[in-house]
Amino acid sequence: MTNSAEPAGGYDLAVVGAGPAGLAAAATAAEHGLRVVLLDSAPRPGGQFYRQPAAELRAARPQALHHHWPAFQRLLGRVDAAAERVTSLGDHHVWSVTGESGAFTVRALTGPDQRQARSVTARQVLFATGAHERQLPFPGWTLPGVVGAGGAQAMLKAGLVLPGRRVVVAGSGPLLLAVASSLAAAGARVPLVAEAADYLGYAAGARVLAANPGKLVEGAQHGAVLLRHGVRLRPRTAVVAAHGSDRVEAVTLARLDAAWRPVPGTEWRVACDAVAVGHGLVPQLELPLELGCRTRRLPDGSAALVVDAAQRTTVPGVWAAGESTGIGGVQLAVAEGELAGRAVAGQTAAPRPLLRRRARLRAFADLMAARHAPGSGWTGWLDDATEVCRCEEVTVREVRSAVAELGAADQRTVKLLTRAGMGWCQARMCGPAVARLCGAPSADGPDVPGPDVAVAGQDDGAPTRPLSTPVPLGLLAECDTTAPSSEGAPR
Amino acid sequence: MVVIGAGMIGAACADALATRGMRVAVVDRGPVVGGTTGAGEGNLLVSDKAPGPELELAVESLRLWGELAGELGARALEYEPKGGLVVARDQRAFAELRASAELQRAAGVTAVDVPADGLREWEPHLAPGLAGGVHYPQDAQVQPALAAAALLRRARATGRVDLLTATAVTGLAKGRVETDAHGTLHCGAVVNAAGTWGGEVAALAGATLPVLPRRGFVLVTEPLPPLVRHKVYAADYVADVASGSADLQSSAVVEGTAAGPVLIGASRERVGFDRSLSAPVLARLAAQAAELFPVLRDVRVLRAYRGFRPYLPDHLPAIGPDPDRPWLLHACGHEGAGIGLAPATARLIAQLLDGEKPFMDPAAFGPGRFEKEES
Ligand SMILES: Cc1cc2nc3c(=O)[nH]c(=O)nc-3n(C[C@H](O)[C@H](O)[C@H](O)COP(=O)(O)OP(=O)(O)OC[C@H]3O[C@@H](n4cnc5c(N)ncnc54)[C@H](O)[C@@H]3O)c2cc1C
Ligand SMILES: Cc1cc2nc3c(=O)[nH]c(=O)nc-3n(C[C@H](O)[C@H](O)[C@H](O)COP(=O)(O)OP(=O)(O)OC[C@H]3O[C@@H](n4cnc5c(N)ncnc54)[C@H](O)[C@@H]3O)c2cc1C
Repeated sequence: MTNSAEPAGGYDLAVVGAGPAGLAAAATAAEHGLRVVLLDSAPRPGGQFYRQPAAELRAARPQALHHHWPAFQRLLGRVDAAAERVTSLGDHHVWSVTGESGAFTVRALTGPDQRQARSVTARQVLFATGAHERQLPFPGWTLPGVVGAGGAQAMLKAGLVLPGRRVVVAGSGPLLLAVASSLAAAGARVPLVAEAADYLGYAAGARVLAANPGKLVEGAQHGAVLLRHGVRLRPRTAVVAAHGSDRVEAVTLARLDAAWRPVPGTEWRVACDAVAVGHGLVPQLELPLELGCRTRRLPDGSAALVVDAAQRTTVPGVWAAGESTGIGGVQLAVAEGELAGRAVAGQTAAPRPLLRRRARLRAFADLMAARHAPGSGWTGWLDDATEVCRCEEVTVREVRSAVAELGAADQRTVKLLTRAGMGWCQARMCGPAVARLCGAPSADGPDVPGPDVAVAGQDDGAPTRPLSTPVPLGLLAECDTTAPSSEGAPR
Repeated sequence: MVVIGAGMIGAACADALATRGMRVAVVDRGPVVGGTTGAGEGNLLVSDKAPGPELELAVESLRLWGELAGELGARALEYEPKGGLVVARDQRAFAELRASAELQRAAGVTAVDVPADGLREWEPHLAPGLAGGVHYPQDAQVQPALAAAALLRRARATGRVDLLTATAVTGLAKGRVETDAHGTLHCGAVVNAAGTWGGEVAALAGATLPVLPRRGFVLVTEPLPPLVRHKVYAADYVADVASGSADLQSSAVVEGTAAGPVLIGASRERVGFDRSLSAPVLARLAAQAAELFPVLRDVRVLRAYRGFRPYLPDHLPAIGPDPDRPWLLHACGHEGAGIGLAPATARLIAQLLDGEKPFMDPAAFGPGRFEKEES
């Protein structure tokens, strides 16, 4: 990791996020001569997918947990080769990006406990901040042993630890297969994978599937691993409750109808000591939203950044690549990173094959998002006492009463009336569920603030967060470069 | 009656009118408390007001808030009559502060001078070296969204109040309110409680009311054990409120909340409806809070939020009938005090509509006062 001083006049480009998209963008931009700073909150580059075991674990074969490992090595190699033009700042959690084209200030926290401040300036900025997992609550989901599917995978990749010995994998989306196969390969017993959607739905997208043989091979690989370990895949099935006293001991599963409503009488119980559950990914957008970038609604109800053919957002000087522009997998993230890196460097003509590749992968991503979009019937497995917001301990009953009695119809209003989403995680966990419980049209995301909405005062619309991570007050105070002193009132 | 706006002011008006037996429709283009009410703090202050009509309104309003807390339950409103402590950094500021407290006392405010060596008894974590302070036991707080919701709930429980959310008012004329979602509403009178957008609503009736937005940020820390007992702020805050300057002014009011987080607010700037994050403003708030309470330095700020206060050029609200349209009553433009002033505002509106003698002379709040200035 390099740590050269900031060039006079700042960097040409700051890339936030060193996952596949950010790495590809940084490498490409540097290869075209730009001075790039690449920041990531994780200590080592790689992002969600190429999450590396901590160095001190001395994993003998980290690649055993990854597909596409050679591709990752190539990306890292390119960044290394351009080392004199790329400053990699690991363990730097960016909490704010402000400014405008030509002069952005990127502020990050680093060091033990994230209590040191570091800021860099750059002429342009690229967001490759990825996504976080969507969670839908069910009775018992707060029991120890119930973990996020992506989290379980990350734990496995980063720390080589399993969440339990007998792990039920549940939720929706193609990641479940990847997670289950990694868990099984690492020695966990996976009694079944409960997928809420119906895989038959894929048939409707046969053309798109046929155009993406790589994706099918990937799925088939997971399938083969699962088969070898005796893991059954149950479509149209969900964990509707977890049981246990100190820790999860069993789950109740149920069949779902097409709208994800549990079918009465179909419940059965399965013993387990962990549940890895996730309902797809939601783009992580707080930093670009603060800069005013516009979003679009994805087929599964979440919001993603609007970008043009060159990966430019709607705000001058601001670019985006990877999952922040829509969930699409590693290959799409890399393709977008490449295109963005070239465009930022002023290369207007992009190679045709790369453009075609992006289009093909995006079509596949949209198909996936549509197939795995949470059905409205999922609320059928909640009971009134189920906690929706774990940080503030807000129950389904409280949310429903805000909706019924006061006509709360969006996440922000529910938050104001119940505190759901006001706690530590700032609604990252409960947001999608709350939005769906109050029937908000914008299920997971910011209300796309058109001029009118902004005027109507969507001031703290749940997913816009002026601080993307908690900042010690003393450090925040130090950002005040304009104040002459703390004496007297600034006039 | 039609009340336009389901914020704090609209909620208080709906409750006051329904209690008097009137039938009310509350119309809001967004959800309830979706405007400034959901984006501000809930300080109920007399301490920051100089003697005059606003202080008179505030004293009555805080008394009414105490009554409401008795009727609706303090918990439902998160009502806390915790008192305020205004501190002075140096002797000169302390002298000014004492002098203004003297005038406030004459206007019915309870204010107790606190010498430098007494400050820590009131607030153990205050920074050393302050010159002194004044304690205002009447200052209190509510959680604005919950308070407005509680008033709307009570109003609706009378069976006389309809709540029409997601319904924008698109036209206004005597006896008629045009909406986009519910067609034409027929009514005897209209209350314009549209806050920062009160000027736009007035314009629908052909009236002018120069309401403008004044941006404010608030910082929210992680939940903490009780550290700050009162509402604490430095004396220059009082000067900020009355300032006519468009530049940033801020003097942090620091307060603990029932739920644990400490709130630090609020800056005041006139930048139109610009929602962008202003790092220097947040930094300034943080610096001022840390200066008053050094222990906060290591505390993490979880989030920041912003809102747009509705202000009128003379920093007083508009309360009362439109000069040329007696059927249209304005109740907007409360700037940074709309939560505090809501119950008394609603009382005035209800008295005016009922033809009752108002509890105070509302002339200073007359919506026609800006027209006169111009002509
Ligand atoms: C469990 C799991 C299994 C998967 N399996 C597959 C698979 O088999 N095939 C496939 O194609 N895809 C798979 N994916 C998807 C794949 O991981 C993503 O498509 C890919 O990682 C997206 O790349 P990205 O660069 O957009 O984002 P990410 O890889 O998510 O990288 C984003 C980076 O940004 C950083 N970041 C975010 N916010 C900040 C901030 N404020 N400050 C600093 N840094 C920040 C994060 O730390 C992270 O490193 C899987 C994902 C998961 C979670
Ligand atoms: C950061 C900050 C801190 C603050 N701190 C305090 C404090 O500590 N104490 C205090 O007393 N005050 C405080 N305030 C001020 C207080 O929040 C406001 O004065 C108060 O909320 C105004 O309430 P309102 O009901 O008039 O307006 P709002 O709550 O804004 O309600 C107006 C409503 O009218 C609706 N509307 C607008 N146009 C139309 C239309 N055409 N059709 C239908 N509906 C429409 C809007 O959607 C909105 O819901 C603070 C404000 C800010 C921004």
